[in-house]
Amino acid sequence: MKKILEMNHVQKSFNDNTLHVLKDISMSVSEGEVVSIIGPSGSGKSTLLRCATLLTEMDGGELLYDGEYAAKNDADGRSVYSGKAELKKIRSIFGLVFQSFNLFPHYSVLKNLMDPQICVLGRSKEDAQAKAIELLGKMNLSDKAEAYPCQLSGGQQQRVAIARALAMDPQILFFDEPTSALDPELTGEVLKVIKKLAEEHMTMVIVTHEMAFARAVSDRVIFMDGGVIVEQGDPEDVFGAPKMERTKQFLKNYGQS
Amino acid sequence: MDLITMLKTMLDGMGGTCAIFFLTLLFALPLGMVVALLRMSKVKVISSITRAIISVLRGTPLMLQLIAVTYGPYYLFELPVAKNKLVPVVIAFAINYAAYFAEIYRSGIESIPVGQYEAADILGYSKIQTFFRIILPQVLKRIMPSVTNEVVTLVKDTSLAFTVSYVEMFTIGKQIANSQSSFVPFVVAGVFYFVFNAIVDYVMGKAEKAMNYYQ
Ligand SMILES: Nc1ncnc2c1ncn2[C@@H]1O[C@H](COP(=O)(O)OP(=O)(O)OP(=O)(O)O)[C@@H](O)[C@H]1O
Ligand SMILES: [Mg+2]
Repeated sequence: MKKILEMNHVQKSFNDNTLHVLKDISMSVSEGEVVSIIGPSGSGKSTLLRCATLLTEMDGGELLYDGEYAAKNDADGRSVYSGKAELKKIRSIFGLVFQSFNLFPHYSVLKNLMDPQICVLGRSKEDAQAKAIELLGKMNLSDKAEAYPCQLSGGQQQRVAIARALAMDPQILFFDEPTSALDPELTGEVLKVIKKLAEEHMTMVIVTHEMAFARAVSDRVIFMDGGVIVEQGDPEDVFGAPKMERTKQFLKNYGQS
Repeated sequence: MDLITMLKTMLDGMGGTCAIFFLTLLFALPLGMVVALLRMSKVKVISSITRAIISVLRGTPLMLQLIAVTYGPYYLFELPVAKNKLVPVVIAFAINYAAYFAEIYRSGIESIPVGQYEAADILGYSKIQTFFRIILPQVLKRIMPSVTNEVVTLVKDTSLAFTVSYVEMFTIGKQIANSQSSFVPFVVAGVFYFVFNAIVDYVMGKAEKAMNYYQ
C-alpha cells in the first residue's frame, strides 16, 4: 500500500545540542493505517509529531509525504528543507489535532470550520459551509454551529478541532494526546469520534496515554523511550506479549499487562 | 467680557483641540502598529534601534517633544517655523502616541498563545492571513482597556499645544483668564475636558461591548 508518511533517521536536539531528544527515528505510515505512539513523558513523542508536521525543524533526517521530499539530508546528514511552494503543497497533506484544541476563539464553531477552507483551499462559501455542517453532524455537534468555542465543554471543543482538521481533507491526521486536557468523563466522546474515523480507514497517527484505546483502534503500536523506537508491531503483540524489558516495565506502570 | 462671549470665544478653540485629538489618533494608531512590528523584528539592529527610540519618546516630556518638533528645524537648519502650528503639533503628538500604542500592541501580540499561530500554520494560513485574520482581532480585544486609557490621556494632553502657541481651547482660555483676571475660563476648560472624556469613555465602552461576543 502507498506510503503517506516516511521519516528516515530523524535527529533532533534542543538547547544547543545538549539535549538529544530524537535519536535516529525512522518510521512510515501507509494509507489507511492507524498508528499509535506510546511512551513515557519526555520520550520525544510530541517532538516527533512536531517534526512530522513542520512545526519544528529536524536537525537531521528525511521527511517525505506521498513520496515527495519535505526535507532531505545533505552530505553531512543535516536536514535541508524543500522550497516554500513545495512545503505549502505538503502542508495540505496532513492535519494535526492539538492537546489544547487551539480553536480560534473569535470565530464561531461554523466559522472555525469554514474560514480555513475558504482562505487556504479557496473553496466557495457554499461548499465550505456544506462541508462544515456535514462534519459537525458527524461529530454530533450540529446544534453548536453558532456557538463560540468558550461556550463549549472541552470534549466539544476537541471534536470541533477534529472537524476543523477534517474539513481540509487531509490524507493523514496527527493527534497529540487529544484527550489529555479533558476531564475523565469527557474523554469517551472524543475517543469515540476517533474510533469512528479509524473504522472509516482514515490514516492517523495518535500519540496517547489511553492504552486500552490504543490497543483497540490501532493497526500498529510504536513504543518510544529515550528518543528511540524501542518496539513496534501489532497492538496485541506489543500489549499482550511485549518483547523488550523497557516496554514491559512501561506497560506494567499502566496496568496493561 | 460676559460669560456668553467667553464661552463663544473658547468654543472657537475647541475645533483646534478636536483637530489635534482626531488627527493624532488617525496617524498614531496605525503608526504604532508599524513601530510595534519593528520592535518585535527578528533583526537585532532594527528591534534595538526601535526600542531605544520608544524609550526616548516615553522617557521625555511630550512638551519638550512639541517644542523640539516645532522649533528644532529653525535652530538646527534655520528653516522657517511652520505657519500653521497644527502640522508640527500633530507630528509630535502622533510620534509620541505611536510609541505608547506600540508598547500596548506589542504586549497584546505577545499575549496571544503560540498555539494560535501553530494551528493557523498547520491549516495552511499564510503569515499575513494569520496576522490579520487570527491574531490581530484577538489583540484588539485584549488591548481595548489600555487603548482607552491612552485616549483619555490624549484628551487632556491636547492642552499642551499651548506651549508652542497653537490656538486651541486651552490656549484661548488662558489668554482670556489673563486679560480678564478671571478664573472662569479654567472652569470652562475643566468641564470641557471632562465632558470630552465622558464621551470617549462611552464610545470606547460600546466598542469593548461589541467585542464581548466571546470569552
Ligand atoms: N522547544 C523545546 N526546547 C527545549 N527542550 C524541549 C523543547 N521541546 C521539547 N523539549 C524537551 O524534549 C524532551 C521530549 O519532549 P516531548 O514533548 O517530545 O516529550 P513527550 O514524549 O511528548 O512527553 P509527554 O508525554 O509529557 O507529552 C523533553 O525533555 C522536553 O523537555
Ligand atoms: Mg507530548
